[in-house]
Amino acid sequence: MLGTLKRVAIAIFTLFLVMTVTFFLIHQTPGDVIQEMAALYAQQYGVSIEEGTRIATSFYGYNLDEPLWAQYLDYVGRLLKGELGYSLIYRVSVNQVIVKALPWTVFVLSISLLLSFSLGMIMGVTIAWKRKTILDPLVTAYASFTGATPDYITALVLLIIFAIRLHWFPTKGAYDSALKPAFNWPFIKSVLHHAVLPIVAYTFENTAAWALAMKGSAVSVLGEDYITAARARGLKERRIMFNYMGRNAILPMVTGLAIALGGMLGGSALIETIFNYPGVGWFFTNAVNRRDYGMMQGLFLLTAAAVIFANLVADLLYSVLDPRIKLEE
Amino acid sequence: MNSVAVYSPWRDFWEHSLVGPLRVIYRNKRAFAGMLILLGFLFMATIGPEIVELDPEYHYAERFRPPSLEHPLGTDYVGRDVFAQLVHGSRDVLSIAFLAAFFTILIAIAIGMLSGLQGGMVDVALMLVTNAVLTIPSFPVMLIFAAVLRVRDPISLAFILSIWAWGGLARAIRSQILSLKEREFIEAARLLDLSTYHIIRNELLPNVMPFIAINFLTLMRNAITASVGLMFLGLIPFSAANWGMMLNLATFQSGAIYLPQGIYYVMAPMMAIILFQLGAVFFAHGLDEVLDPRLREG
Repeated sequence: MLGTLKRVAIAIFTLFLVMTVTFFLIHQTPGDVIQEMAALYAQQYGVSIEEGTRIATSFYGYNLDEPLWAQYLDYVGRLLKGELGYSLIYRVSVNQVIVKALPWTVFVLSISLLLSFSLGMIMGVTIAWKRKTILDPLVTAYASFTGATPDYITALVLLIIFAIRLHWFPTKGAYDSALKPAFNWPFIKSVLHHAVLPIVAYTFENTAAWALAMKGSAVSVLGEDYITAARARGLKERRIMFNYMGRNAILPMVTGLAIALGGMLGGSALIETIFNYPGVGWFFTNAVNRRDYGMMQGLFLLTAAAVIFANLVADLLYSVLDPRIKLEE
Repeated sequence: MNSVAVYSPWRDFWEHSLVGPLRVIYRNKRAFAGMLILLGFLFMATIGPEIVELDPEYHYAERFRPPSLEHPLGTDYVGRDVFAQLVHGSRDVLSIAFLAAFFTILIAIAIGMLSGLQGGMVDVALMLVTNAVLTIPSFPVMLIFAAVLRVRDPISLAFILSIWAWGGLARAIRSQILSLKEREFIEAARLLDLSTYHIIRNELLPNVMPFIAINFLTLMRNAITASVGLMFLGLIPFSAANWGMMLNLATFQSGAIYLPQGIYYVMAPMMAIILFQLGAVFFAHGLDEVLDPRLREG
C-alpha cells in the first residue's frame, strides 16, 4: 500500500516538474512568447504591435504586466480546469486540436503496437525454443538492421516506394478529403488505406526489439522445473512453448507494452510528419516549426502526462501480474 | 614509501582496456568489419573535406545526374555533387555527435558520482530528476529546446542533444559507485586519508571508465539519429551540408523524392546513416566480447 502511494506521489511530482520546467523554459525565451506572437500577428494580419499584443494576451488569458509567478499560477489554474492552452496559428484551444488529432495517433499507434508486440512475442518464444534453427540468426540480423535504421528512414523509404513510385497508398492525410466522415464502408476503407504505411513503418521498426526482449525472457524461463516436468509428461511441443514457457515469459513484457502504449505520442512526431498524417505528432512538429508556443506547451504536456501515467500503471500492474514481485517500500 | 609502488590505474586502463581489446576485436570478424567502417567514417570526416571540394554553385543543366566518374553519387536538384555534400556533411554530423556524447558523459558522471557518493537527500533528489529524464521521451523534449533556444551552431545543438540523454548512464554510474564504495581499496584509500578528489580521480574514475567508453559509441549513435531527425524536420537549419539537411531538402523542399532521377540524392544520406549505425552496432558487439570473455567463441 505504501509502495503504491509512493509511486503515485512520484508520478504527480514528475508531472509537476515537467509542467513547471516547460512553463519557465518557454517564458524565458529571447523575446517572450507573447511579444513574439504579437509580432507574428502584426505581420500576418497587418495590425499594429500594440493590437497584436492585446490579441495575444487575451489568447493566453494573462497579463504581461503581471509578474512571472502570477502568470504561472494562472497557467496552473487553467490546467487544473483541464485547459491545455491556446494555439495562435489555428486560433483555437489546444484541447480542440487534441480532440481532432489524438484519435488518429491512437488509432495508428495502438494497432502498430499490438501488431509488433504479438509478432515479436511469437518470434521470441519460437527462437528461444528452437535455438539451433535458421530463425535465430535471421531475427538477430533483422534486429541489427532495424536497430541501425532510424524509424524516419524506414518511413521515408516506404513512402517513396509504395506511395510515390507504385501509387499503392496515398502520400498524405488520414482519409480521402473528398469523402465525408461517416460510418460507412467507403470511408472506413479510405481510413484503413491511409493508415497502412504508418502502421507498417512502426511495426517493421519495433517487432525485432520485442522479439529479442521476449527471447531473453523466455530463455530465462527455459530452465525452470515446470518446463522439465511438462516435457516429462510428454506434452506437445507447441503447448509447452506457448502455454508454459510463453505465458510465464510474457509477464515482464506486458509492463513494457503498457509503457510503450503511453510513450506512443512521443514517438509520433517524425513518422506522422513524413506521411502527412494529421495526428498529435504532426501538429507538434508543425507547432515547433511555426513557433506556436501555446500549442507546443499543451501537446508536450499531454505527451508527458501519457508516459508518466503509463509508467505508473506498468509499475502497479507488474506486482499484480506477478505476485512474487512486491513493490519496494 | 619508496618507488616500488609503480601501479598506475591509468596505465592499467590503457593496457587492459585499450590494447588488449584491440586484439579481441581483430579476431572477431563482425567487430573488425564494424571497426573498419567506423575508421572509414572517421577518415571521411577528418581528411575527407580537405580532399573533396564542395562547390556550392548551382549548375541547373547538371541537375539529378546519375552516378558517374565526375559525380560518384550523382548530383542534387541544382546540380551540386552529392558525394561532396556527403563528405562535408559527415564532418558536421560526426563532430556534433562526438560533442553530444561528450557532454552527455560529463553530465552523467557528475550526476552519477554526486548521487552515489553523497547519498541522502541529494541522492533522492537527483534520482527523482533522473527518473523524470528517463520517463519523458527525449525527442519531444529536444523539439521544445530546439524551438526555444534557437540553435545556430554545433555546440548548442550538441547541448540540446545531450540535455535529455544522460539518464540511463547516470543511473548506471551511480550504482557502480555504490558498489565500488564498499570495496576494500576505497576503504583503504579513505583510511589513508586521501582526499575525495584523489579517490574520484585515481580510484573511482578508472574503474567506471571502460563502462563509459562502451557507452560512448551508443551515445554517438543516438545523437546522430536525433540530430539528423531534427535537421530532417527543418527545425535547426544552420548547416547546409548536414545529412539531415540533405534529407530535408530532398524530401520537403526540392521534391526530389517525387522524381525517379532524384533517387541517388535521396538514398545517399540514408545509406550513410545506416552504414555508420551498422558499423557502430557491429563494433559494439566486439566490445561486449572484450568485456565479457564468456561470449568469445572457441
